[in-house]
Amino acid sequence: MTMTYRAMLGATVALTLASAALAETTITVATVNNGDMIRMQGLMDDFNAKHPDIKVEWVTLEENILRQKVTTDIATKGGQFDVMTIGTYEAPIWGKQGWLVSLNDLPAEYDVDDLLPAIRGGLTVDGNLVAAPFYGESSMVMYRTDLMEKAGLTMPEAPTWAFIKDAAAKMTDKDAEIYGICLRGKAGWGENMAFLTAMSNSFGAKWFDADWKPQFDQQPWKDTLNFYLDLMTNYGPPGASNNGFNENLALFQQGKCGMWIDATVAASFVTNPKESTVADKVGFALAPDNGLGKRGNWLWAWNLGIPAGSQKVDAAKAFVAWATSKEYLALVAEKEGWANVPPGTRTSLYENPEYQKVPFAKMTLDSINAADPTKPTVDPVPYVGVQFVAIPEFQGLGTMVGQLFSAALAGSSTADDALAQAQAAVTTEMTRAGYIK
Amino acid sequence: MARKSSSLKTSVVTVAAWTIGFLIFFPILWIIILSFKTEGDAIKAPLEVLTSGWTLHSYAEVQERSNYALHFWNSVVLSVGSTLLALVIAVPAAWAMAFVPGKRTKDLLMWMLSTKMMPAVGVLVPMYLLFRDLGLLDSRAGLTVVLTLINLPIVIWMLYTYFKEIPGEILEAARMDGATLRSEILYILTPMAVPGIASTMLLNIILAWNEAFWTLQLTTKAAAPLTQFIASYSSPEGLFYAKLSAASTMAIAPILILGWFSQKQLVRGLTFGAVK
Repeated sequence: MTMTYRAMLGATVALTLASAALAETTITVATVNNGDMIRMQGLMDDFNAKHPDIKVEWVTLEENILRQKVTTDIATKGGQFDVMTIGTYEAPIWGKQGWLVSLNDLPAEYDVDDLLPAIRGGLTVDGNLVAAPFYGESSMVMYRTDLMEKAGLTMPEAPTWAFIKDAAAKMTDKDAEIYGICLRGKAGWGENMAFLTAMSNSFGAKWFDADWKPQFDQQPWKDTLNFYLDLMTNYGPPGASNNGFNENLALFQQGKCGMWIDATVAASFVTNPKESTVADKVGFALAPDNGLGKRGNWLWAWNLGIPAGSQKVDAAKAFVAWATSKEYLALVAEKEGWANVPPGTRTSLYENPEYQKVPFAKMTLDSINAADPTKPTVDPVPYVGVQFVAIPEFQGLGTMVGQLFSAALAGSSTADDALAQAQAAVTTEMTRAGYIK
Repeated sequence: MARKSSSLKTSVVTVAAWTIGFLIFFPILWIIILSFKTEGDAIKAPLEVLTSGWTLHSYAEVQERSNYALHFWNSVVLSVGSTLLALVIAVPAAWAMAFVPGKRTKDLLMWMLSTKMMPAVGVLVPMYLLFRDLGLLDSRAGLTVVLTLINLPIVIWMLYTYFKEIPGEILEAARMDGATLRSEILYILTPMAVPGIASTMLLNIILAWNEAFWTLQLTTKAAAPLTQFIASYSSPEGLFYAKLSAASTMAIAPILILGWFSQKQLVRGLTFGAVK
């Protein structure tokens, strides 16, 4: 073998290897551990067939750990992830910082106008779509049809808080361990405060006025908290101040709750006969209101965003477009059935006659449409977000106030004390952060 | 009579010790039990959990979804690697403090320990930036160094208490015979301190194995140890107890077995020097 020949062979091999390396792009997707995301990981064959040049690697983490990790990474431009699963809380904050790649240039067949307006509105910053919704949820009333009948009541499609209280009183049978109502009590900005902030909207309360002054010393918040405490103390399960979504889910599935107001995603769990003892006795209704024009339901979505530090934006966009497309919804329906399709993102899904047969489909859509993150409260407010305030300080503030309210539920302080302390603490923090001049 | 009361005392103490031991072990036992249940059974009342059926379903699902072998290997490399690296630094340091103490040695020891008191999250962003600039994010090498550094104060303290027990005269005799500093540490001090070094190693391996802040923050896939394997099975919305328990059991099993076989050394190591 001559030298030239050897050199040529070497160069050819090197070139082939280089082109192979160029051809395949590996993107890293950070995601939360929930049923829909895990299902997608099992359906990747479809994406691989359409994009043989893109390899997707998954990092699945618990929500709070994921949030901390992706926040660190995006704030420092660490570049560990090409696609991040982010909530509707992060999207506007990060979008404003310029941390997310705009998705306005997704292909026409993606049909961005098909996204539900409420969800899309919460993900748009200065006209740019900064993340694409993968799964959306609101909250609603889930109730036991048999217990409601026994109490001699009929649940209206859009109940009031007064009806809920009346029904809770009539359904409660503490000797039989049946509690009229189960609500979140565990402290945390995404736990009890998600519920209470959404509930307070329907009482005409708000976190801040136009000058960012906290409003916990106003009557609407007093009404909200007193109503909640009264409801839970008289008709709620014991130890409710420790209950979050999963604890209430367990109680409801074991037949111990008459009503439960929580995430719409719970509908598929409580009606699943494999897990739930009351699967065939569950009805749904919109979250309650007080006739003030706002209901007490929240709006949340898990969305896929591309951090501005990513070196593989094109491949990442191809993945985001696939995962949040109409075709993906059809793919899940074909492989796993309509009930397992990730809900709450596209209008066309709810127009589909097959999907309309899913028992909780209509109520989920109505609940999502009843929430508007850009106008969450009765009076105008300077912030975006239904069950949160989309400012970076909210995680800390929400958890702090959540602890005060959880303590009031546990009986270690009164509603007035909790509100006074919340008012003082939030005022201090907001002054320090420069919102209150 | 005296014997009778002392045997009574012994049995009371034994029962108390077993009770306390069982209480401490109970959460782990419960995790192991839950790992053999379905998700639906795992959230039932405790008595119902015990009487419900047993299944390996959670283990199968965890196996299918995660690359356990990779996470396990990373945990081994990180914990053993960081322990060995820590020893290389700590043995000479502890030697100096034990045998040639200066005026400020005590202060130095206290200062080292005080670094353990700072919440790790306080230096998260600077560390992350350093790792990013050095290209060490998601690398075993970088994380080994971090784990070494965070456990170094404890390793030095433990070795220091051991070395204090060794008579300085023996080392002096070696020096009289012409031993260099290197051979004094390697051939005289280290062999005498083997039990101490072994228990320090064991404790440090356990600490590094369980470390769940930096290992979660600084890794993504390639270098992610078992802590991340566990973290991927918890969820605020949805049932996960059985799968999480299965993942936890798989993650703690190796260190539990190691701890079981080496408990004598471990207990000795931890209490050594405590009573003088």
